[in-house]
Formats: sequence, C-alpha cells, structure tokens
Amino acid sequence: MTQAAPTLMRRIRGMMFKMPLMITCEEFDDFILAYLEDTLSAREKFVFELHLKVCRDCREYLAAYRASLELARKCGKEPDEALPPVPDDLVQAVMEARGR
Amino acid sequence: MQKGDRSSATEPDEGEAIAAVANADPAAAERFVRKHAGWMLAVAMRIVRDAHHAEDAVQNAFAKVFDNIGGFGGRSALKTWMHRIVVNESLMLLRKTNRSQTVAIDELQPVFDNNGCRIEDRWMSMETPETLLMRSDIQAQVNGKIDLLPDNYRIILVLRDIEELSTQEVAQLLEISEANVKVRLHRARAALKRLLEPLIRGQAV
Ligand SMILES: [Zn+2]
Repeated sequence: MTQAAPTLMRRIRGMMFKMPLMITCEEFDDFILAYLEDTLSAREKFVFELHLKVCRDCREYLAAYRASLELARKCGKEPDEALPPVPDDLVQAVMEARGR
Repeated sequence: MQKGDRSSATEPDEGEAIAAVANADPAAAERFVRKHAGWMLAVAMRIVRDAHHAEDAVQNAFAKVFDNIGGFGGRSALKTWMHRIVVNESLMLLRKTNRSQTVAIDELQPVFDNNGCRIEDRWMSMETPETLLMRSDIQAQVNGKIDLLPDNYRIILVLRDIEELSTQEVAQLLEISEANVKVRLHRARAALKRLLEPLIRGQAV
C-alpha cells in the first residue's frame, strides 16, 4: 500500500488552495453531498470541479465515495421477486388482529 | 419526488384490493396481506434488524392500513402510502431495541491537515462496483458494514439511499432539520466508504 502524499507536497498544495477560485480539500468535502444531488450553483460547481481537476486525493476519494454509495444502493435492497415467502403465522396474526 | 415502482400509477388490481379490504371481505383481505407482507417485512428488517421486531412492525403497519384505508383517497400510489406506514412503525420499534456492536462514527471520517489538505492513502487500484457486484458474498459484506453504523447514522443512510425517501421526508419522520439529515447522511456515507475500502481497493479476502 502506498502512503499519503508527503508533508511538503501537502504544504505546496495548501498554498495553491488559497488562490482565487480554489478551495481546500476540507471545503471540497463539504460540497460532495450537494454536488452528487446536483444542487450546487453554477459557480460552486465550477469551483468544485476545478478542485477535482487539480487534486488527485479528492478525485480518488470521490471515486471511492461513489463506489461505496452504489454498493449500498444495489446491495441494501433485494428485488421483490427475490423475497423469502411470507411466514404464515404473520399472515394469521395480521388477519386475527383485523377481526378484533 | 420518488423514484421507482412506488410512484407508478395505480396498479390495475389496486382499486379492487382497496374495496375488498374496506368491505371486509376476509378472503380478499388475506390475499392483500400475502401480496404486501413480503416487501413490508423486508423494509422493516432493514430498519429494525431483528426478525421478531420486524414482524411486529409489519403487524402494526397492517393495523394502521386497515384502519385508514377507507380514507385513503389515492393521493399517492397505494404502495407508497403503505411504505411510509411500515417505515414509521419500524422507526417506532427501533427506538425500543438495543443493537449491539457499532463503530465510532468520528473515527471513520476523512482526515485533513492544518492546511485543509486531505490525508488519504493513495489508491493503487480500485475495483469497480460492477466487478464487486459479481461476488457471491457482496450483499452480506455490504449489509454487514451498514449494520456497523450507529443507528442514528445508519437509519438516515437506509432511508435516503436504500428506501429512497427524500431529505424532506426523512427530516419529517425523524423530527430533525433537513440540514441535520444532510450532515448525518454525508458522515454515514463517509464512514461506510471507509468500512468498504478494503473491498473497493481489492484487498479484502
Ligand atoms: Zn483535495
């Protein structure tokens, strides 16, 4: 496994992130949810995508975040056809409760 | 507002089912229960994570459905309406359950240095979700990790990303602000990403 970017590299990037239209990774992180929901303003989206272009760490982070989200969406729920049969005692209990 | 089948137009047999239940035809009512109990149980299980409590939630939900179906005016699809009811009943029961092993959410959040730069291990390779989804154990792996999240985060992820409720609906159900829903969802997703990382990096056994 490779290590995180070395301290000097990060310090240089930290300076770069102070330039106009630049945001830090931490600020970028706060925008991820809104970016994926497509609720950023045009300017915010531009700034977000600019950071994405210059920052490999955030590119990798966002890719993994999206992959994890997709796995949760696809694995969290089984299709209706794949559901186990309904327990008979549950049906009975529901029907009995209804009769009362 | 809602994706998937739950928002689809009225099913052909829906009117018949509603009428049968409202008119207390026992055979039709039982068909109605058998038709819907399966998916309702699955929803309840995803929320309460306990078979016994899930069955209780479904029973309570059907009681609400039978009590209120006369007033159900078809404002939404029947399944959407019933889905909200079983979610609500499951949340009520969840408050009573004590789930065991969960992780500390703070320890799974991204880390930044003093300059706001991300500190992450670099990725040498990344498995695509398509590849991972072909693994036979993928459902168990992913659901096992979702289960590790503390309930106040897990539930937001389940309701938003799996049950596909809107931020507004989740905020109303849990009686918290929409901003709070968004913050917790992002933290839950970040934590899940960390838990799934060995898998996504192709390092998992
Ligand atoms: Zn970054």
